[in-house]
Amino acid sequence: MLKGNLTLRQGTFLLESGPFEVETRGVTVLFGRSGSGKSTLLRAITGLDKHTRGTLSFDGELWQDGARRLPTQRRDIGFVFQDAALFPHLTVRGNLEYALRRAPRTGGPGLEAIAERVGISHKLDQDVVTLSGGEKQRVAIARALLSRPRLLCMDEPLSALDWRAKGELLTLIDELARETGVPVLYITHAPIEVERLASRVVFMAEGRIERIETLREALARPDSPLFDEEGPVSVLEGTMGEPDADGLAPFGNERVCIRLTGPCADKRSATRLRILARDVSLAIDEPQRVSILNHLPITIERIDPARDGRVTVAGRLLDGQLLLAEITAFSQRHLGLAPGATAWALIKSVALME
Amino acid sequence: MIELFGISVSLHPIWLTLKVASVTTLILLLVGTPLAWWLARMQSSFKIVLEALVALPLVLPPTVLGFYLLIAMNPNGPLTQTLRLFGFEGQLTFSFTGLVIGSVFYSLPFAVQPLMHAFEALPTRLLDAAATLRASVLDRFFTVVLPLARRGFLVAMTLTFAHTVGEFGVVLMVGGNVPEVTRMVSISIFDHVESLEYAEAHLLSGMMLAFSVIVLMLVYGINRRFGVKVG
Repeated sequence: MLKGNLTLRQGTFLLESGPFEVETRGVTVLFGRSGSGKSTLLRAITGLDKHTRGTLSFDGELWQDGARRLPTQRRDIGFVFQDAALFPHLTVRGNLEYALRRAPRTGGPGLEAIAERVGISHKLDQDVVTLSGGEKQRVAIARALLSRPRLLCMDEPLSALDWRAKGELLTLIDELARETGVPVLYITHAPIEVERLASRVVFMAEGRIERIETLREALARPDSPLFDEEGPVSVLEGTMGEPDADGLAPFGNERVCIRLTGPCADKRSATRLRILARDVSLAIDEPQRVSILNHLPITIERIDPARDGRVTVAGRLLDGQLLLAEITAFSQRHLGLAPGATAWALIKSVALME
Repeated sequence: MIELFGISVSLHPIWLTLKVASVTTLILLLVGTPLAWWLARMQSSFKIVLEALVALPLVLPPTVLGFYLLIAMNPNGPLTQTLRLFGFEGQLTFSFTGLVIGSVFYSLPFAVQPLMHAFEALPTRLLDAAATLRASVLDRFFTVVLPLARRGFLVAMTLTFAHTVGEFGVVLMVGGNVPEVTRMVSISIFDHVESLEYAEAHLLSGMMLAFSVIVLMLVYGINRRFGVKVG
């Protein structure tokens, strides 16, 4: 639990978080546009800026009280910087040992084990300047984990990487957060990373914390800041099953099942499915002869006002998760769709988030 | 007094010069490092004033600096009197202590400027990263700053030492020309030339020339061998 109220002036920028209380279990994402104060808030939380004022406590331990500040090195935090910030005068192993030597001897996986886990064991004796961007971030993550943090902070760790490295590291971060159980504070301005990782989202704008919501709550809002140029998005949680004879793999739970094809069917560890509202159509009756594979019954919960002649319909699936569909206002009137009514959602395409 | 190539010359000025230069370098390393760090991290506009003050010995004629130091170290002046309170005996002017104090002021920019530039070039986030890995302030200095700024330290030490060896005006004003006490090698050579003792002047100058070349080559050798790879 992270609780406090912080202010920090950096040049002309003023951070005034306002009082906040965040459950830190799992991955908490600080989300906002560039210049909204995400990084400044993280610097204030980690104690890296001595001009921070206000109050802050983590799991009951006082970190900041007025101008008095527990030094960063005594906060038990790990930090993964945007550009990794590896020590250039040390090898990969030297960087990892730097963390290990100063970490409390509480046990846990050793240097070799962590290096193996993040996939850099073959790079241990290299100079850090010879590493690629993705490898640098892996080393930075390993280094942060080896310091045995109680809170792992990540400041846009993927922003300097190409899309392939981005995808691989997202998976790694997601898995590590689950395996280690270390709470993660993660900064990003990319909705896809939020949808992939977040348990909850801290929305920031103009130096303030606007609201703190679970990912589910954040995606249920029609005006969610997580919706970008692709429009509204639903994220369904579930697990992958075995592919059948046709190569179709089921995703979901006992009550809701979505069948996936192609490369998707191989991503066995995926737990989240991303569906664009504009890829979902609605029908009053279950369509029988149609090429679309996935039809799910929904109960319409809310219909958001029309924008550019289109409305977003939010419907509850049988397992209680929310699915958004974007249809024309004309169709909505024509079909007589209204809150409380039941309908069938036809899902044209999905993206597994792995 | 020794005799070399049939010329009789006192080597004391050379030892004195090396001693003053070594002590000055050590003091400036201890004083200049925190000063350079403070200046490098300073963001207030007051920084310009301090930078100018530190650079002053670069532009001021050495005799001017020496003159003011002579006044400041006057046996009845406040500086000497204050030191007396702490049990200091003797005087600052025309003594080894005076020579060192004068040299410290005179060589200050040669220590502070290279260190300051080295510290300014050091990415702050590396220090932040070290802090998040539980490194204390001193730990960060010895494990991150020192190895990454070692070129700056090497340059600062070489320049300070060399500059102190070569000084003339300040040591003449502050130290005078007391044989076996404050006569440094540059003054000694000047003396010999004044007395038309060219052979002695040649010998001392030649030794200084050889010494300087050897020191510089050593420094560049070390620099090349242990150069820092960054970027």
